[in-house]
Amino acid sequence: MKILTGNDLGSGHVVWWDGEGWSRHVSDAVDVGDAAEAILAAEEAARRVNASYAISATKAEDGTVRPDHIKDRIRALGPTVRPDLALQPSDPQSGNWVI
Amino acid sequence: MVDHCLRYRDDEPVGDPAVTVDAFAEHGNATAVRIEPGDDARMLLPQLGRIALIEINFPAYGDGRGYSAARILREHGYTGELRAVGDVLIDQLSHMRRCGFDAFAPDKPITQEAADKALATWPEVYQKTVDGRSPIWALRHGR
Amino acid sequence: MYQYDQYDQAMVDARVEEFRDQVARRMAGEITEDQFKPLRLKNGLYLQLHAYMLRVAIPYGTLNGRQMRMLGDIADKYDRGYGHFTTRQNIQYNWIKLEDAPQILADLATVEMHAIQTSGNCIRNISSDHFAGAAADEVVDPRPYAELLRQWSSFHPEFDYLPRKFKIAVIASDTDRAAMRLHDIGIQIVKNDAGEIGARFYVGGGMGRTPMIAPVIREFVPVLQMVSYAEACLRVYNRYGRRDNKYKARIKILVHEIGADEYRRQVEEEFAHILTLGLEPPAEELARIQGFFGNPGLVDGLAEGYDRSDPDFAVWVDQNTTPHKQPGYKAVVISLKPAGGIPGDATADQIRLMADLAEAYSLDELRVTHTQNIVLPHVKQSDLYALWQKLDEAGLAAANLDLIGDIIACPGLDYCSLANARSIPLAQKISARFAEPERQRDLGELKLKISGCINACGHHHAGNIGILGVDRKGTENYQLLLGGSEAADTSLAQIVGPGFSEDGIVDAIETVTEVYRAQRTEGERFLDTYRRIGMAPFKEAIYG
Ligand code: HEM
Ligand code: SF4
Repeated sequence: MKILTGNDLGSGHVVWWDGEGWSRHVSDAVDVGDAAEAILAAEEAARRVNASYAISATKAEDGTVRPDHIKDRIRALGPTVRPDLALQPSDPQSGNWVI
Repeated sequence: MVDHCLRYRDDEPVGDPAVTVDAFAEHGNATAVRIEPGDDARMLLPQLGRIALIEINFPAYGDGRGYSAARILREHGYTGELRAVGDVLIDQLSHMRRCGFDAFAPDKPITQEAADKALATWPEVYQKTVDGRSPIWALRHGR
Repeated sequence: MYQYDQYDQAMVDARVEEFRDQVARRMAGEITEDQFKPLRLKNGLYLQLHAYMLRVAIPYGTLNGRQMRMLGDIADKYDRGYGHFTTRQNIQYNWIKLEDAPQILADLATVEMHAIQTSGNCIRNISSDHFAGAAADEVVDPRPYAELLRQWSSFHPEFDYLPRKFKIAVIASDTDRAAMRLHDIGIQIVKNDAGEIGARFYVGGGMGRTPMIAPVIREFVPVLQMVSYAEACLRVYNRYGRRDNKYKARIKILVHEIGADEYRRQVEEEFAHILTLGLEPPAEELARIQGFFGNPGLVDGLAEGYDRSDPDFAVWVDQNTTPHKQPGYKAVVISLKPAGGIPGDATADQIRLMADLAEAYSLDELRVTHTQNIVLPHVKQSDLYALWQKLDEAGLAAANLDLIGDIIACPGLDYCSLANARSIPLAQKISARFAEPERQRDLGELKLKISGCINACGHHHAGNIGILGVDRKGTENYQLLLGGSEAADTSLAQIVGPGFSEDGIVDAIETVTEVYRAQRTEGERFLDTYRRIGMAPFKEAIYG
């Protein structure tokens, strides 16, 4: 699937396009098909996102979305060396998901 | 383009079209020259006295060669109009002015009010350049 | 230490207001990200993997307790309770909000600090010897010269859009503790035969993808012409530096392509012209600055020596302190490299504690080193034990200075958007593998440096052992390099062979240390052995 990501302009948070707006959780990301450029152009112009780009990702059985590139997996999770700062810090296994 | 020109000098703007540095070297009668980033401003030094307008082009604001070109011309006594043209943005105006530019013809117009505000950014300056301002080190020691 | 006068303060304050206005214009959509990016970069604000990152300048690595405390407070107030000290003697925060950035700069300005020109294609924060003012071997204190250059380079109107970033280091001793010759300009303050002070200019060094050691461009520039000479060096670079290819835009490429002789000729020509313009600050200005760097309060007549009966303390004191020019004192290095920790990271509480300790024990001075550690430069020997106990309580007493545990690592793929591979987990694994203090001390001086990509922020080219993260078909892979040094005997490390996985490289490093132990002769450091026996035995042992 093709998904969209970027950073919130003001807070800098990593965000993912969920079909209507920008979510902080990668698993909310939706497949945008061919619409990537149009959405990004409109969202950047409206300053609802900054430094945005499209990536490919895979949706698992359980609904989690896994970006194909490690860099975006680390963006989704947080620094692997600080699991305490991850979006869902409770999961000690989360680091393995990145690799 | 001259429509959007902000000028910080009192004489009449020069109407002649600016020629390239090469053309200027070939035909000795032009009074307006346009410097591109790759041109060596020092080529003009022997003829500075008869030039009334030098345009320095900034095709992209990030290419800073024009700042050195401007300063060199002023350091060698050029007193005619020195105009920055092209991708000239508000946030670069104060530095340009310090390097000797006294006219700006930006691709995207800048209002006089915004320009005046930008030029007032620095209460004092650390370096001595060609704009006549006394640097901080001089003020500190009453020079 | 230097103190701002009303002029310096007004300049920094003006910058804060300028940036506040720029951020407001960006938030309101008056300028695009393309236009805003260079403006925020000139204020040290990057957009990194997780958020904005702010890089705060610590000019020539020197700061006082009040400034250090502010760095800790900012970590708590605007970030997530920690900061990262870098090889550029700066500090970086990883979780900054654009909306907060102007206020952070305003807070910094209240303690005479800023983030000016910590990024972008301009003259960056000037680095120096972290033992300046304490080292026994310095000709003079290099910091006044660095401060003179700081002021000259701040908001320099001609050099704000150079072909590429520009880094200057200033030292004043033959022992190079600042990797001076790996900078765009390295300045060594020297005394000539007539006893006059001057500046030796090295130009065209750097790391990145084409590491180069800077050649001498001029042996001796009289001290009251130093700024003019720097101006000439920069002007020639601004005119001819390549703009067509960002990877060839550093001054090292220019000096290499036209040759040091031709570059020198051009600089001298420009210099002769610049001397006629009277751009140089006068002697009184240098004297004024030097006035701030006089004796910070060192007392005469203290006895040498201290009680070494606590063995753990004795180990630390031998490893992490160095002689001071004043009898009865030592310079102390606080290692930010606990075994298994993140090199260079410190929590807000640790930062504030170091501020307190500087005030109590080090005449209110701290330094940041390019090896990502903190120095308390002026500690009375009689205070060492008390100081050590407090550091130990806070987890800041790792006794591993210049040992294999004292790893330099860049942020890598955990934080950096340019990275190919993670650096920090590797540093953690290596320091855990070699955690045993006796084992580290047995290996002796061994500088291990890790970069997560070819930009070389972790100085891997200059590591006795260097590691470079590369991307191999989407997985992290690591290349091993040997034989680099950034000391006075600067050399560049060479790649050993094919790359490794994360675990593979840790094993390979262990093999390298075993070869060294088997081959070393009495008193030889790792680097000496490598230089004597060459790459082959190491390669043989690793790849068989
Ligand atoms: C995470 C954000 C960072 C980014 C995006 C970044 C980017 C870069 C880039 C692009 C270069 C190569 C420049 C060139 O050769 O033209 C570079 C070099 C360098 N960076 Fe970083 N860097 C970052 C963090 C750091 C950190 C944390 C340190 C200190 C630990 C650091 C210290 C250096 C040094 C010392 C160089 C050296 C090379 C030189 O001057 O040739 N950087 N950086
Ligand atoms: S070396 Fe590469 S990965 Fe490491 S901080 Fe620099 S740019 Fe990022």
